[in-house]
Amino acid sequence: MSVLVYTESWDGSFRKSTFEAASYASETAKLLGTEVVAISLGEVSNDELTKLGNYGVSKVVSCCTIEKGDSQAATNAIAKTANNASILIFSNTNTAKMIAPRLSAKLKAGIVSNVITLSESASPLKVKRQAFSSKAIELATVNTATAILAIAPNSFKLIETGGNCTIEEDLTNEKGAITIEGKETASGKISISEAEIVVSAGRGLKGPENWGMIEELAELLGAATACSKPVSDIGWRPHGEHVGQTGKAVAADLYFAIGISGAIQHLAGINSSKVIVAINTDPEAPFFKAADYGIVGDAFEVVPKLIEEIKQLRA
Amino acid sequence: MNIVVCISSVPDTTSKINFTENNTKFDSNGIQFVINPNDEFGLTKAMVLKEALAGTVKVITVGDATTEPIIRKTLAIGADSAVRINKAATDSYTTALEIANYLKENPADLIIAGKESLDYNGGAVPAMIAEMLDLPFVNACNGLEIVGTNAKISREIDGGKENLSSSLPLVIGGQKGLVEESALRIPNMRGIMQARSKPLEVIEATTTEDLTTSISFEKPAEKGACKLVDADNVAELVRLLHNEAKVI
Ligand SMILES: Cc1cc2nc3c(=O)[nH]c(=O)nc-3n(C[C@H](O)[C@H](O)[C@H](O)COP(=O)(O)OP(=O)(O)OC[C@H]3O[C@@H](n4cnc5c(N)ncnc54)[C@H](O)[C@@H]3O)c2cc1C
Repeated sequence: MSVLVYTESWDGSFRKSTFEAASYASETAKLLGTEVVAISLGEVSNDELTKLGNYGVSKVVSCCTIEKGDSQAATNAIAKTANNASILIFSNTNTAKMIAPRLSAKLKAGIVSNVITLSESASPLKVKRQAFSSKAIELATVNTATAILAIAPNSFKLIETGGNCTIEEDLTNEKGAITIEGKETASGKISISEAEIVVSAGRGLKGPENWGMIEELAELLGAATACSKPVSDIGWRPHGEHVGQTGKAVAADLYFAIGISGAIQHLAGINSSKVIVAINTDPEAPFFKAADYGIVGDAFEVVPKLIEEIKQLRA
Repeated sequence: MNIVVCISSVPDTTSKINFTENNTKFDSNGIQFVINPNDEFGLTKAMVLKEALAGTVKVITVGDATTEPIIRKTLAIGADSAVRINKAATDSYTTALEIANYLKENPADLIIAGKESLDYNGGAVPAMIAEMLDLPFVNACNGLEIVGTNAKISREIDGGKENLSSSLPLVIGGQKGLVEESALRIPNMRGIMQARSKPLEVIEATTTEDLTTSISFEKPAEKGACKLVDADNVAELVRLLHNEAKVI
């Protein structure tokens, strides 16, 4: 009996969400009085793999020839390593969403996604999860001997243990029916679902040419940029920036809503953020009801001042 | 080209969410149900593919009789036939198993589901169907082209997209981008009339063994009043975020 965690990598590097999953696995393992085994897919250097020890992993199995986007091969590789694990932990990323439910079907192990709490007991396993696009929190339980939990990014703190882990290579070379041809990504972009700070803007900005100040503010804060749905629908910003009920979910420490009215579908996706700041010319904008701090004012005047003040704070 | 589109019926996105029976059940009282937005992109994509390649579009849902207006709507939009498996969808595994069992008897070339349903946000059914049928799967699919017996696919990844290719049959979890928002089809009068005579088959469910159980629900804590800062005093906002909220 052990806890298995899938430690996802991007171009050979782990991210905060990976270490969150490892920390969650390590806390869960304490509950069971067992250890954490990690599984990594794709080429990851030993230096990088070793970092997992600091988050409570005692052994990592590295399947360097398996591509994570090939869900058939990935599922088989993880299932093989999971043979005596009673709990499997994932961070609920786009890729995990392809693999974790497949494993659930393969192992007949109940899955709970969007998990935001640790279970209080090992058996039965009961966890809270986000449902109805964060309009509600559901308490769910798993009825099977093996459980799979996919945790929501940014909802669990990193816990450094100062430990070490051993590395085991698994060179099984398997391929499903999918071939990965390549990818098109903008480099240096911060992931919206993992970012601690998100600077989001809406139709109040009038046009795509006005996003310079939004990007400047985001860069200053090390934040991700996001937008409301109509802004991506009309092509002012890429679709990947659309947040809300039908876009990405945000659970940032700080969320700036600049020139966004605060429609229910927008709020649904972002209201798990801890601190929300609204900047809007309209004092009646619904966003002020969902925000912690607000400025009634013109974004074109407020945002440049905000940039100056933050620069001064940093100086 | 035989396409099956998995449809889920969900509360309209403007719905206020409430619970009954001591917060153990979703309160559907006064709720308007709609086709799950992620599934709408898949349904329109299926229609476009059918028109280009010939074939059929069948929709399938696991749901009780209350989901029938949504099924009729998909027929009015243009699906040729529909199957309803008579069971409230209470668990991802049993929902996927019902659909997979049907598809084993009635195979399809392409199975399109939505990447997640906007009610319970499980996001598990499409991948489970793929596993149960031992088929390739692509989630968060925002581009699909069929070339002969192969598919060219793109999926959303952080900061961009990944391009993939696959043999058919294939299962996808669709979303915005599969077709443009402006291309989404809505029922017209003729479609609504035709839908009345299109076949809607009801099949009894055979699975009972849920792998997970929903115990109870709560609403997120309400925010306190918003602290308003004067537009001429942006420094005060920065001070509050730094000293009080401690987030910058
Ligand atoms: C099925 C469905 C799903 C949806 N899903 C989503 C979703 O996931 N995400 C989402 O965002 N929306 C979603 N929507 C759309 C949503 O209902 C709203 O239409 C949308 O969020 C509004 O975007 P906005 O606030 O940018 O634009 P608007 O509503 O036009 O608001 C612009 C705001 O900017 C303010 N403003 C104007 N000028 C300035 C200025 N100079 N300085 C400061 N403020 C200014 C205005 O006062 C106004 O409040 C969905 C809608 C439907 C029907």
